[in-house]
Amino acid sequence: MNVAIIRFPGSNCDQDALWALRGPVGVEAEYVWYESTSLQGFDAVFVPGGFSYGDYLRCGAVAARAPIMAEVGRFAAEGRPVIGVCNGFQVLCEAGLLPGALLLNEKQKFLCQDVWLRADSRRSVWTKDVDQLLRVPIAHGEGRFVCDADTLARLQDHDLVAFRYVDQEGRTTPEGNPNGSMDSIAGVVNDRGNVLGLMPHPERASNPLLGSVDGLVILRALAYVSA
Amino acid sequence: MVTVRVFITLKPSLLDSAGRTVAESLHKLGFDQVEGARIGKMIELHLREFDDQGVKAMCDKLLANPVIEDYRYEVVA
Repeated sequence: MNVAIIRFPGSNCDQDALWALRGPVGVEAEYVWYESTSLQGFDAVFVPGGFSYGDYLRCGAVAARAPIMAEVGRFAAEGRPVIGVCNGFQVLCEAGLLPGALLLNEKQKFLCQDVWLRADSRRSVWTKDVDQLLRVPIAHGEGRFVCDADTLARLQDHDLVAFRYVDQEGRTTPEGNPNGSMDSIAGVVNDRGNVLGLMPHPERASNPLLGSVDGLVILRALAYVSA
Repeated sequence: MVTVRVFITLKPSLLDSAGRTVAESLHKLGFDQVEGARIGKMIELHLREFDDQGVKAMCDKLLANPVIEDYRYEVVA
């Protein structure tokens, strides 16, 4: 099990991801530079958070057209696991590998706080066995998930909403939805279920010293998703 | 050389939270007539020659995201 962590100019959660994967998750992981065109030898892809290309034009827009992304697209089309966190989620949406887009938070503020997540998709390999609420941090200015009405209906009807923001009791409420995302959506999967994108940072909830180990529930799925 | 200006705007159905903040700020300055504000972007392209299909392709492939944005462009000179 070897995970490719894609590095773009401006990625800044790449080291956290490497630490969490090699440490508590216990899999191999290596950096792959954005100019590379091969994912040979890798079993999964992790697109980390950060501010790739300084968020120029739109968050993730330029990174989504970087050389490595054609290969990530091919990799995803083979049904192999790809996860994008925060800016990585934005990159996967911009690349067309996930539906929707992420806009400026409803209330303008850059949000850096813990949130509660409920894993809702019983269909997605990433979340089907997760029945506990997860405490995971967010850190974003542009995390408001939006899509058109048809896409939203498709996500709901086909069980493609991986995670929703909820309150402590597991209910979707306006207060539990920090950024104004449609239908409290924090993460989605593609039709096939192998590509996951989410705004919260599981790699930052991977050690008791960080306040939560709930992120490991998501990251450990990498191991069995690819098996 | 030809200058083309591409105007990119958030789809009307989507909340523009930055535009809303600008409208609120204008209200605080006493501009009561403001009913709303929406922020877009303008990208000026300097082209060796104008080619409509080429500009459209640039918009579709990179400059605008059809999930959230509309665009139009005009040749300036």
